[in-house]
Amino acid sequence: MDAADIPALPRGVRLHFDKVRDTWVLLAPERAVTLDGIGHAILNAVDGHRRFEEIVDHLADSFGAPRDQVSTDSAGFLDALRDRRFLDITS
Amino acid sequence: MTIPPPIAMLAELTHRCPLSCPYCSNPLEMARQDQELDTAAWARVFREAAELGVLQLHLSGGEPASRRDLEELVSSARDAGLYTNLITSGIGLTEKRLQALDDAGLDHVQLSLQGTSPEMADEIGGYKGGFKRKMQVAAWIGQIGFPLTLNAVLHRRNLHQLPRAIDMAVEMGARRIEVATVQFHGWALKNRDALMPAREQAQEATRIVTEARQALKGTLVIDYVPADYHDDYPKRCMGGWGTSGLNVAPDGVVLPCHAAQTIPHLEFDRVQEKSLGEIWRNGSAFNAYRGTDWMPEPCQSCERKTVDFGGCRCQAMAIIGDANATDPVCIKSPHHAALQEQANTHARQDDAPLTYRDQPKRAVVSVE
Repeated sequence: MDAADIPALPRGVRLHFDKVRDTWVLLAPERAVTLDGIGHAILNAVDGHRRFEEIVDHLADSFGAPRDQVSTDSAGFLDALRDRRFLDITS
Repeated sequence: MTIPPPIAMLAELTHRCPLSCPYCSNPLEMARQDQELDTAAWARVFREAAELGVLQLHLSGGEPASRRDLEELVSSARDAGLYTNLITSGIGLTEKRLQALDDAGLDHVQLSLQGTSPEMADEIGGYKGGFKRKMQVAAWIGQIGFPLTLNAVLHRRNLHQLPRAIDMAVEMGARRIEVATVQFHGWALKNRDALMPAREQAQEATRIVTEARQALKGTLVIDYVPADYHDDYPKRCMGGWGTSGLNVAPDGVVLPCHAAQTIPHLEFDRVQEKSLGEIWRNGSAFNAYRGTDWMPEPCQSCERKTVDFGGCRCQAMAIIGDANATDPVCIKSPHHAALQEQANTHARQDDAPLTYRDQPKRAVVSVE
């Protein structure tokens, strides 16, 4: 994930609050991925407009966390979603 | 034992289908059209499923497009909060119907592939012109923008087409391909001589999939169901009986898996009589093989018992006549060697004809 990359959820991939299990999940074709608080926060910041660096700034501010750490964690999470075709990247 | 809520539900809307694939997973005794749940009943089942914890709804059949109310069913499933996946051969879908399904909120399409050439696909599907029509439907799916999974069903006759099937998935813009070697249940059990892959073919398929996964990383996700009889360990069938998924048959019978009716001592409930939650939690068929207490040896003391849950109950039934036994695919089963030999014998029957699946019988008309 590069600083200028713009991640977006493609059609057919969406956030959903699972009332029965009391957790956020990412629904994708024939898959459901349980999200922890961090995963949910990252995906909430993915709006198809913000660049990756802006997402990292936003999360670092919101959580008062070190920017490097946020960048590494978010990139790992988003890259894994991209490999599964749950995330598109434009730049 | 706490029973987790199911994640996925397969709704078999109808057993009717324009195709007659010889590996159809529908039961040999199919539900008639006049036995099918109506639109309102399915809508209620979808709401009950969502309340129970189901997230993923697979609309299947038969051919789900054979239901004229498919668009309404998708709409009611979305209203219930479910992720809707249409599992189709494409036959019965028009551009107009696909647009209506788009308006109804359909999330994803899984398109089956019987072969990569018209000759192969139409012979296997038993439907002339089916391949050409399917390619047209795939183009409409791409134009509308539905996320697409191509489901290539492979066996001895068409395994050589696997590389082309993967290329086709990429060309169609599919995000995913399911490379599914035929599993021998339903009509496929009648066609083991015609369809059983040779061991070398099965190994070649694994090699092709491994290489393609590497080459297409980030472009195409490949889900792979390897040839079963040639394996040394059984499949983790349904992710464990009664743990993550359930099926509702066209006539409202609720099944732990699509082949469960082949186990004669199981009794099944119907959505017309009980709620889905009651059936999931307390239905005798769902509790028959939940967890690990039911397991015989060698499963009971095996370190893999929570990996594969003893394999497939329907397969143990079909091959050795005992649904409580270890899946004979397992190398620890006393029947393993015989099954491997049996698989090799099936794979050598070069001239075996295809036995096509029947269509559901016509409605019974009572004469006054």
